[in-house]
Amino acid sequence: MEQNLIVCRSLTKQYGRSVALDQVELTVGRGKIVGLLGPNGSGKTTLIKLLCGLLQPTSGELLVDGQKPGPYTKSVVSYLPDRMYFADWMKAGDMLGLFADFYRDFDRKKAEEMCRSLGIHPSMRIKAMSKGTKEKLQLTLVMSRAAQLYLLDEPIAGVDPAARDFILNTILTNYSENGTVLISTHLISDIERVLDEAIFLQTGRVVRHSAVDDIREQEGKSVDALFREIFRAIPYGGENDAR
Amino acid sequence: MEWKLTDGRPIWVQLHEQLRQRIATGAYPRGSRMPSVRELAAEAGVNPNTMQRALAQLEADGLVSTNRTAGRTVTEDGVVLSRICIELANERIREYLHSMALLGFTKDEAVELLKKWEE
Repeated sequence: MEQNLIVCRSLTKQYGRSVALDQVELTVGRGKIVGLLGPNGSGKTTLIKLLCGLLQPTSGELLVDGQKPGPYTKSVVSYLPDRMYFADWMKAGDMLGLFADFYRDFDRKKAEEMCRSLGIHPSMRIKAMSKGTKEKLQLTLVMSRAAQLYLLDEPIAGVDPAARDFILNTILTNYSENGTVLISTHLISDIERVLDEAIFLQTGRVVRHSAVDDIREQEGKSVDALFREIFRAIPYGGENDAR
Repeated sequence: MEWKLTDGRPIWVQLHEQLRQRIATGAYPRGSRMPSVRELAAEAGVNPNTMQRALAQLEADGLVSTNRTAGRTVTEDGVVLSRICIELANERIREYLHSMALLGFTKDEAVELLKKWEE
């Protein structure tokens, strides 16, 4: 087994002329919960899509569990996209069946039990679900796999605080041992205490990658406060702005 | 019991303080089995590795011991436990004297006020 689960070497991704990821150097180990933090447009989703093989790098190298993204890595990566990708006529039970067909490491029993505790009946249609319920159902599916790498793209955006707690708790209690969870978000204060490490992305570059408690120790402030400092945008004060 | 985590200080340090407090007050009775890392982490809503680090420090303090079959148990050593109680008491006293100093009282004045204090 490779020691590092994720290795990026001068990883670059361009969309036409715009550079989404710029010479990213990154290694992430196993058995960790890692936050991928950055403002909108910093390259979080691009990095996640490269990791799960939905995008191809423009240049540089990317390895997951020692291999380039492909059929093998897809079998060990469990991905939660930032939007619902199931047709809304489907039922919860259809989705369970789909996951059971596609992924050998999917624990259907566990998923069914989690659905039950959430009050999601297999005959429930996606169309009839609230945004929070859809989010929880998708997370249930993704976390019911015994994967090496869980890629969660904005799992807590747009759900209420109670649902957020449920989601974080589900992540904490369900990731497989030695599995790594990479969570992209800009809602840092909610997620900070579940993270081992934080990766700060800014305009396609990794500007900081440290353990959360090291940041608190060295900076004397929370990761959330550091994020606000690094990414502070000064609002335009108009013509009368004295600054 | 609630876990209180504040900004600006390492999370594991705060977990360690609160675990120590719980042992000193008997919330985890001496000789009893501690909940597992995962249970404690889920309860506090923190990363299991962070909780593990706090527990490792408790072990280094001599407050808990790890046993292969029984998991982690709270020490029954009265000397260690009373030492911890005194440490915690000293921390409270330091906080008290510090806030009294901010109000302009000397240590002696603070002690006098404390003696005269009636609820």
